[in-house]
Amino acid sequence: MTDLPMPQSGAAPVPKSSLMVADTRTRRRNAAEKRFRLYGAGAIGVALIALVVLLTSIIGGGAGAFRQTYLSIPVALDAETLDPKGNRNPDEMSKVLTLSYGKVLDRAVDAAVGSSEIEITDLSEKDISSLVSKEASAQLRNRVLADPELVGQTVDVNVLVNGRIDGYFKGRVTMESAAADANTSPQQLMLADALKEQGMLVTRFNWNFITNPDASDQRPEAAGVGVAILGSFYMMLVVLLLAVPIGVAASIYLEEFAPKNRWTDVIEVNISNLAAVPSIVFGILGLAAFINFAGLPQSAPVVGGLVLTLMTLPTIIISTRAALKAVPPSIRDAALGVGASRMQSVFHHVLPLAMPGILTGTIIGLAQALGETAPLLLIGMVAFVREFPAAPPEGLFDPASALPVQVYNWTQRADPAFVERASGAIIVLLIFLFCMNLLAIFLRRRFERRW
Amino acid sequence: MPLSWALLASLLLAVAGYLIGRSRAFAVAGSDIRSLHSRPIYHGASVALMTLTPAIIVMIAASLLRMAKALSPEAVGLVGLLALAAGIAGLGWGITRIGAGYQARNVVERIVMGVLIFCSSIAILTTAGIVLSLIFETGHFFQKYNWLDFFLGTEWTPRFQGNSALGILPLLWGTLYISLIALLVAVPIGMFAAIYMSEYASKRVRGIAKPAIEVLAGIPTIVYGLFALITVGPMLRDYFAQPLGLGNSGSSVLTAGLVMGIMLIPFVSSLSDDIINAVPQSMRDGALGLGSTPSETIRQVVLPAALPGVVGAVLLAASRAIGETMIVVLGAGAAAKLGLNPFEAMTTITVKIVSQLTGDNDFAAPETLVAFALGLTLFVITLGLNIVALYIVRKYREQYE
Repeated sequence: MTDLPMPQSGAAPVPKSSLMVADTRTRRRNAAEKRFRLYGAGAIGVALIALVVLLTSIIGGGAGAFRQTYLSIPVALDAETLDPKGNRNPDEMSKVLTLSYGKVLDRAVDAAVGSSEIEITDLSEKDISSLVSKEASAQLRNRVLADPELVGQTVDVNVLVNGRIDGYFKGRVTMESAAADANTSPQQLMLADALKEQGMLVTRFNWNFITNPDASDQRPEAAGVGVAILGSFYMMLVVLLLAVPIGVAASIYLEEFAPKNRWTDVIEVNISNLAAVPSIVFGILGLAAFINFAGLPQSAPVVGGLVLTLMTLPTIIISTRAALKAVPPSIRDAALGVGASRMQSVFHHVLPLAMPGILTGTIIGLAQALGETAPLLLIGMVAFVREFPAAPPEGLFDPASALPVQVYNWTQRADPAFVERASGAIIVLLIFLFCMNLLAIFLRRRFERRW
Repeated sequence: MPLSWALLASLLLAVAGYLIGRSRAFAVAGSDIRSLHSRPIYHGASVALMTLTPAIIVMIAASLLRMAKALSPEAVGLVGLLALAAGIAGLGWGITRIGAGYQARNVVERIVMGVLIFCSSIAILTTAGIVLSLIFETGHFFQKYNWLDFFLGTEWTPRFQGNSALGILPLLWGTLYISLIALLVAVPIGMFAAIYMSEYASKRVRGIAKPAIEVLAGIPTIVYGLFALITVGPMLRDYFAQPLGLGNSGSSVLTAGLVMGIMLIPFVSSLSDDIINAVPQSMRDGALGLGSTPSETIRQVVLPAALPGVVGAVLLAASRAIGETMIVVLGAGAAAKLGLNPFEAMTTITVKIVSQLTGDNDFAAPETLVAFALGLTLFVITLGLNIVALYIVRKYREQYE
């Protein structure tokens, strides 16, 4: 026996802890565990919510760019104004300025509004004439010059309406905002409503957004991404032709042939550092080396392509090397064993086997280059370009824009209609990127081989 | 363009050389092809390469001379002819060398090896180009502007008529402030996302969450910039800045920082994923076997073991944030200020590089040249961060291999 005080009664001592009942410490630890798990799930939730909000805000804001309001009215193409000499010769007719077409169009709009028996108090002359876009008369002119026989006839035309009216049907412009806006008025919007009821104003899918070039500040309704798509395409062409061969060749050397010495160490460190250099620094390099030193033209796709090539090279090299590394050494040994040279073993056996991986990496590198903006700003791609570049190779030296730069350009304009255009251009860009990534995933699933 | 014609002509010449070389080799071999040292296609290829190499060397040399203004534009036509002549000479020489004992394969392989080495040194040339162009123009800038004023000046007011104050400190402050906010957003979220995905998530959750986060990584920065401009900026202004009386500006440090943080989440999470997976399973098993809960294992065993890697990842993310351009151009504003209010518009080094170098540039004015000095500063900062980060990551990897 001990001297310790014994429990008074004969009941069994109450155990301090039990596996069945959690004590405070265990409960605290389990609560901490649960909290930690919740943080993790919360982090993923935040990331997913951010993604969803980002995409919905861009797509919601940009979907409007793909729909556009048109006014369809009959226009009497007055022969005396449009073809004063009366011989229907396009060369002589081209001396007639867009202004005259604007007057013809004005008369037609007046007539259409007059004949439709719309009664709106305080409707001014300016409200009626500014209903159609400033771009509409140029469109009409192009159509007539392409087909001079139209002169003298009355033709049905579909012309763009003013960006404010278009914005009214998309909910961007309201009666209240119109009252404060010098470019439109509530009366004009009422007129637009009335015309819409009569079926003269229609909102439909807007192919012109994809095919048109950029338009000036006052006519957002006519702006499109045609030149930008073509410019981006040209740049991708340059990147594909330069970055892929150079990148693959460099990777083959570094992975298969390079001796382990100081020089190759320098190259390796260099490539991994280049991959992390901010893209804008490549823009400075492009400006200093290609434009100031080499004298290449500004805003040319070839310069953009060269800059993007230098930028994507590290990405392509890193992924190509991973693909080459994944080919097992037994393939090389077998080729060498039957008498192939090292060069033959690489080019005849290793490279074809690594091809799917190389292609996947290349497409991802290209997708990265397609979305890159900052370096292109510095080599003058922000310039306002309305002419489509010519076919390559000369077209590579013509001024052009690029999709992401066009987006930036539109965000710098005053009219809020351009914000919708910018989001629309981003949708186009994202569709391209989506297709490229899909292709990369498909290639990886279809051809990737596990050793 | 006469040079492109010359290039096309020499390519045709090379194709012809290939065909001639191959058929000559067959003719030399006669009935027994085994008497040749190399297979006929190598003879063809060697002739083609010998045609192409001198022509291209002449063209490259001429282009370089032209860029250095040592050659007048009129001489370009002559250069084309010269290149073609070099090509023809190479063709002739190549054909004369064909014979049974000629080691055509070795010659071809040596030339191809030369091409491979040249391609791999383009990375070095790029770096050299960056460093030279930055240093060269920065030197011009410091001839016109005192370098002490540049590095220690607290005022940034470029003026067209000259006499500008071009101090980098407000820009540096804006850059660091925005990057700090971005890291405060991205590092915890990215780390927790990576931990959850590698330690807790079921296969189905991982199958959805991982690609979704990768999508976030594939979105171009201009999209984030627009997001900041049209959604995040106005939202922060209307719901936080104006009710709190802290500012009226849509573009602010917080806008740019938040959006940049979102952009960095996938970057941090994929880096952390690598790092966490590099910690040996045995360490985890040991901790779990001693009775710690999974979260205790992560906090007290995995993360301390992965600490150097985590530090490296944070440094890499910081270097990304400092060099990021489009988000700050569209989200942060253009006012160079030294302030603490996160709802105020501030500006960064990259924004000012863009604004000083777009439009009509006068490469004699310090207002334009300052962009190169800013670029050099940016390059040095990011390079330093990268080198340190890569060093730490590499050191740490060796530890467990």
